[in-house]
Amino acid sequence: MTTSIETSADRTLQLAERVVSSGPRRPRGRFSWTEALAYLLLSLGVVVMVTPFLWMLLTSFKSAPELLQFAFLPENPTLDNYIRVLTTSSFPRWYVNSIVIAVISTASVIFFDSLVGYTLNKFEFPGKNLIFIGILGTLMVPTEMLIIPWYTMSVDFGWHVGVAQYWGIAFPGVITATGIFLMRQFFDGVPSELLDAARIDGVNEFGIWWRIAMPLVKPAIAALAIFNFIGNWNAYLWPLIVANGRNYYTLPVGLSFFRGESTTEWEKIMTAASLASIPLLAVFLLFQKQIIKGIALTGLKA
Amino acid sequence: MILHNTGQFRMKLTLRQRQIIWAYAFLSVSLVFFIVIRWYPTLLAFNISFRDWNVFESSGPWVGMDNFAEIWEDAFKPRSAVRAAFTNTILYVVYGVPLQLIFGLGIALLLSQIRRFSAFFRVAYFAPYVTSAVAIAFVWNWLYQPQDGLINQFLSALHLPNQPFTSSPKQALLSVTAVAVWQNVGFAIIIFLAGIQQIPETYYEAARIDGANGWQIFWRITLPLLNPVIVYLTVLSTISYLRLFALVQNMSPQGTGGPLKSTTTVVLEVYREGFSSYNMGYAGALTVILFFVILLITVVQLKFLTRRFEY
Repeated sequence: MTTSIETSADRTLQLAERVVSSGPRRPRGRFSWTEALAYLLLSLGVVVMVTPFLWMLLTSFKSAPELLQFAFLPENPTLDNYIRVLTTSSFPRWYVNSIVIAVISTASVIFFDSLVGYTLNKFEFPGKNLIFIGILGTLMVPTEMLIIPWYTMSVDFGWHVGVAQYWGIAFPGVITATGIFLMRQFFDGVPSELLDAARIDGVNEFGIWWRIAMPLVKPAIAALAIFNFIGNWNAYLWPLIVANGRNYYTLPVGLSFFRGESTTEWEKIMTAASLASIPLLAVFLLFQKQIIKGIALTGLKA
Repeated sequence: MILHNTGQFRMKLTLRQRQIIWAYAFLSVSLVFFIVIRWYPTLLAFNISFRDWNVFESSGPWVGMDNFAEIWEDAFKPRSAVRAAFTNTILYVVYGVPLQLIFGLGIALLLSQIRRFSAFFRVAYFAPYVTSAVAIAFVWNWLYQPQDGLINQFLSALHLPNQPFTSSPKQALLSVTAVAVWQNVGFAIIIFLAGIQQIPETYYEAARIDGANGWQIFWRITLPLLNPVIVYLTVLSTISYLRLFALVQNMSPQGTGGPLKSTTTVVLEVYREGFSSYNMGYAGALTVILFFVILLITVVQLKFLTRRFEY
């Protein structure tokens, strides 16, 4: 049994924390054969995991004739492919589109998911359970089933033309049921007495949520933000359908069309793939602890 | 005294009413969102699946179960795309889910054995999961190339016969499955790691005192206690393999699910029927079938997981 103050959300958080803290199960010191074997097998696995990325990068620095003579490292590393891809395709534009959409959706998700999660946790009002079930129930419906209705809606409202396409691409993800569910559980850890004290001090309800409750659930918000950003950045099916014309493609969609234009020019395709994946891989390397913790968290909660 | 009581009563009432007003104010935008963007399209999806919605019109005639009947017929036609899509999707689940769980558990167990560099290993195993499936598809297309692909160069160096991988109808599905496992195994590892950390150390100590060896500890303690995690991951990965799309589309020639429909999936056929042939009703009926399959799996999972495990 845990102490009464500790909530289930706290326990999940600690557990997610343990996933990223390299905690030895056995005491330090003695050499063990099991451990040596574990290192060996894990290193073999790492070769399988890393080689594709490495090969992608190495290819992107090679010239077309060099691809034909098989050598692992580029003989004359060149940035030509990068210059050509960045100047002759719409890659810079696709970066901007992906960033705009991921930032807008993530900001919106942080705001609305935590506001709704908070309300469902801290307020008593008629229809509360119905609303909660109504929101959770949407998780049962796979997005694949919604793409056709969303598309007809987008056509009706003109969300598939011009600048409105940003909204057209982003709208399905501006509020998420998983995020609401996650935040609702994390607001358990915020004591209601604290909120009541603020009420007595005359802080309005919006201020109580934004200035008092929100700062107390920062780790959950960080997890939610990272999770959403990655999801939006990599989203493919819906942007592929609704984005109409290359100026509004996101990176994955643009990348997919780019292949159509340069079928066998592998040095260019690998350059494009590097350009599309490196920013997120860099973000991942920087925040690997928070990201893995976030995945463990959302995975454990969902 | 009476005055004081009524005063308090009125205070309480207004407080409660104010709370209700605030709650609905906070929920308003999201309620509109869930009704307009989630519930209404869900109903619309069912509606479309009962219509013959062929071209881009605002509506089409009601045809009842015709689309479903047509899918049913197509599913039994030997070389139809839908038959291939159903068969392949089942095969992706049958091959992909066990592989992902076995590798995920194996690597998570290894990771829980080591005392150093675990951050490095976690990053390496998890990196593909955060990478765009489209980029991954292209990298593997290049690795799988029949002549100049890295894997076949490697096979040649070992004097082994070259393999066609995604260019052969026989090997394509397994080649795509391998990439899907490669990309998603990191997720299984993280969830398994969390599960392994949850098992109290005292259980292992007690087992060791009783003279249990590593194998017995794995079969008698680790695996049974990981049961909820295994069920959870099985359901989650089954659903993700049922929805396979981006990898398949970008690993097959012209994104058609070839060669010879050998890699196509239900979602890819939805996309092709709905957005290349504009056969919206038929595509909609396919998504409704997908919905019911996923619903069934989720309900079965809930049945399995209602019993909470206590450690």
